[in-house]
Amino acid sequence: MTDNRFVNRSELIGILLLAAFLVVILPLCLDVFRLNLVAKYLTYAFVALGLVICWGYGGILSLGQGVFFGLGGYCMAMFLKLEASSVENTKIQSTPGIPDFMDWNQITSLPLFWKPFHSLGFTIVAIVLVPGLFALIIGAAMFKRRVGGTYFAIITQAVAAILTILIVGQQGYTGGINGMTDLRTLKGWDIRPDHAKIVLYFFEVGCLFVCIFIAQFIRHSKLGRILVAMRDKEDRVRFSGYSVANFKIFAFCVAAIFAAIGGAMFALNVGFMSPSFVGIVPSIEMVIYTAVGGRLSILGAVYGALLVNFAKTSLSESFPELWLFGLGGLFIAVVLAFPNGLAGIWSDYVEPQFVRLITSRKSKPVDGWTEKSVADGAPAE
Amino acid sequence: MLVGHQPKEFLLAVEALTVSFDGFKAVNDLSFYVEENEIRVIIGPNGAGKTTVLDLICGKTRATSGSIQFRGQELTKLKENQIVQAGVGRKFQTPSIYDDLTVFENLEISFPRGRTVFGALTFTRDAIVRDRVHEVAEMIFLKDRLNVNAELLSHGQKQWLEIGMLLIQDPELLMLDEPVAGMSVSERVKTAELLNRIIKDRSVLVIEHDMKFVEDIAHKVTVLHQGQILSEGTMEHVKNDPKVIEVYLGH
Repeated sequence: MTDNRFVNRSELIGILLLAAFLVVILPLCLDVFRLNLVAKYLTYAFVALGLVICWGYGGILSLGQGVFFGLGGYCMAMFLKLEASSVENTKIQSTPGIPDFMDWNQITSLPLFWKPFHSLGFTIVAIVLVPGLFALIIGAAMFKRRVGGTYFAIITQAVAAILTILIVGQQGYTGGINGMTDLRTLKGWDIRPDHAKIVLYFFEVGCLFVCIFIAQFIRHSKLGRILVAMRDKEDRVRFSGYSVANFKIFAFCVAAIFAAIGGAMFALNVGFMSPSFVGIVPSIEMVIYTAVGGRLSILGAVYGALLVNFAKTSLSESFPELWLFGLGGLFIAVVLAFPNGLAGIWSDYVEPQFVRLITSRKSKPVDGWTEKSVADGAPAE
Repeated sequence: MLVGHQPKEFLLAVEALTVSFDGFKAVNDLSFYVEENEIRVIIGPNGAGKTTVLDLICGKTRATSGSIQFRGQELTKLKENQIVQAGVGRKFQTPSIYDDLTVFENLEISFPRGRTVFGALTFTRDAIVRDRVHEVAEMIFLKDRLNVNAELLSHGQKQWLEIGMLLIQDPELLMLDEPVAGMSVSERVKTAELLNRIIKDRSVLVIEHDMKFVEDIAHKVTVLHQGQILSEGTMEHVKNDPKVIEVYLGH
């Protein structure tokens, strides 16, 4: 019988391996600077994870995940910025107690929508709710009208462009093109020194695993199977009594919230937030991480985000002008040669070798193993 | 002819149904009535509007005018998933199943429980679901293939799977669009047997071209031509109707 638990054995091994890699191996092998870079890469793993649910399983290609990454990041950054803009920190400003960029833009009092961000509790709720509600509105407007596929992708691109323009244009409220910089403390705890970076790294990894488990739960629930069914035969799902639009909205909202958590982690770990993580190009890059990792693989998304970002850092250090060509080439190569990404390479080539090694040691090979793995392998990873 | 004046309540009452696509009336002022536990077959030449009638009933296409009453409920105003929940199931012409899921999962998705987002998240595969899936799988000759991915099934098996997906929904009105098209002779025989078994306690509306098959199963036949009813009655009556011979059977 098909497995109905939310983690099966091979997935559990995969999760434990990833945990060992992120919690033990990387912190032991890397210095704080490099570990902090990994923390930055991992913020994109949240986005990629959301895209696995939304794009991989649900077939909804969003080219605007930067929007939600940005909304989450800005919510976090607003809280941190307010804390960094205490009256004594900003006493040289003409209006002390407001963020520096507001002062530069001749704003004399804190705008109303900034005020609740004095509270960490509100901020945490906002990180989830603001992008969640925004995705709900976009999703409801699109999916209830049966806008899908390419049109949906283009609209998400437009939203990403609009939000970037809005952030850049409203410099006095958002920090403009420079974004929100000089973030210092979280509830009085300095986030800049090395030991704080390490703590934040582990906190982020913890959050990532919570999201991985949520994604696993969704994937193994009937909802996960309905998403796959919808990707395949939308009408059949509709005429089986389901409101297809609601399921799409759900998948899109989950992806948005994951992306927003990633954005908030970015603001914490990297110490600033700017519109350059919101727009069209970063949104497309996020899709590439997912494609490289394998759009059907929850863990693949994490490795994809790590690998592409690692390549980005190393290659853009040595060949800054060639990097974008490399990224484009990588995307084309993955789509053409390995449509299931790293996870596909793993399950098609590496895992069978392991299985052969293990089964050849056993005296009796299990009959029907190959047939079952073919049947299981196609929809999953 | 009003439903209210009928001595017997019809399960499905289609009245003055019209749909026009850019002025072309695919279905034109069509009225027909389906009784409880009736097998009605719709036949007619290509382009007669047969599939469009099913599309209209299940909500895939919206009617320009007219009414479709199902147990007294107006279907033309409901959304597709509400029509399904009211008790109308539809099988498409080409097998419409989920290739990436197993036969079990295909059937399970059609099980009428947990159809909301929250319901689907908290859905558990309990004994009731398992038993029902096994029961239906046995009926549709697929009980040995429950863990096989649906894409690996043969064409005939895919058709059966989709019929099974409808069965597990337990609709009061089952609509089948060419259920035996593309099937081998032995598959046809099995399908007729299957249909005869599943029609108990429900009404069935079938579109079919295979006259032998129609004769085997139909209680009543409706012949459509250019979006209108050409003839209606028993197979015997319809077969001998000169109008029908002229436009359809004679060719």
